[in-house]
Amino acid sequence: MGMQVTGLAPIFLSGQDVSEEFMIHSYYDYSFFGHPVSICTTHVTTIIVMVFILILALIARHFVLKGDPDNPSGIQNAVEMLIEFLDGMVDNSMGKHGRKYANYILTLMIFIFFSNISGLFGLRPPTADYAVTLGLALITFVLIQYANIKYNKVGAFTGLFKPLPILFPINLIGEFATPLSMSLRLFGNMLAGTIMLGLYYGLLPWIAKLGIPVALHGYLDLFSGVIQTYVFCMLTMVFITDKMND
Amino acid sequence: MSNITNEGLILACSAIGAGLAMIAGIGPGVGQGVAAGHGASAVGRNPGAKGDITSTMLLGQAVAETTGLYGLVIALILLYANPLLGKL
Repeated sequence: MGMQVTGLAPIFLSGQDVSEEFMIHSYYDYSFFGHPVSICTTHVTTIIVMVFILILALIARHFVLKGDPDNPSGIQNAVEMLIEFLDGMVDNSMGKHGRKYANYILTLMIFIFFSNISGLFGLRPPTADYAVTLGLALITFVLIQYANIKYNKVGAFTGLFKPLPILFPINLIGEFATPLSMSLRLFGNMLAGTIMLGLYYGLLPWIAKLGIPVALHGYLDLFSGVIQTYVFCMLTMVFITDKMND
Repeated sequence: MSNITNEGLILACSAIGAGLAMIAGIGPGVGQGVAAGHGASAVGRNPGAKGDITSTMLLGQAVAETTGLYGLVIALILLYANPLLGKL
């Protein structure tokens, strides 16, 4: 999925074909049971991000296993700080049942964070493809409904008819709007940043590219990326907790 | 005035539509400003709760931003993945 480049894009950009820089390219096309699919930019950048996270995790594992549990130092300290920060965040917003979901939240947080800031390293952020963010939001949706059924039993289904039976369609749409709005929020922010930077690099003369893009990268990649990571994880926790308290 | 092609008309109207869709940015701007202002006054009243106030404010702002992003996505679809051209 994702937005396809159509022939009309250059028309809106005063004759220059800069849209090529920030759109999804296809590297290899093949046929999957008659359906045309392709290996595109998103796959490559996602794999790069995944390999980076894997290497980071192996380094962290090495230092944590080798280190002294009572007297942490160096990288072990950093890892323990990260885990303590996450545990504090989860405990604060989810209460005593929250620890079970901490693994998922940390996974989500690390993947989205490194995806978002990968624009700093010249990659196209994987989260600027709707397929990736919709996938993440659907995992969260499944988790929300799992928590709903686990904590509310039959109430998960009767709750849809709650204030008035006639409100059932609206409640149902409300449930399915959650993953849609979560995925569109992350996707919209990241795509807007990618397009802004693509236009900046593509349309302006070289004199405008000296030093100024640092501020743009700082806001669009770093600040926006960190905020959206936090918001996605926070909303996941809020929605799951919402189902617990019912 | 008779040499406007069908495609040209659709492209021109799509550009105008994309601009109109971005009017949706007004709402989130006002909303986020109100949230930030109330957050600032809350920190002024109770500086000890700065962390909680900031996280609540950011969460509310992110939710308020959603409607603006819907407008942005529609504008981008009109510009880069125009569905109307296929209807010709």
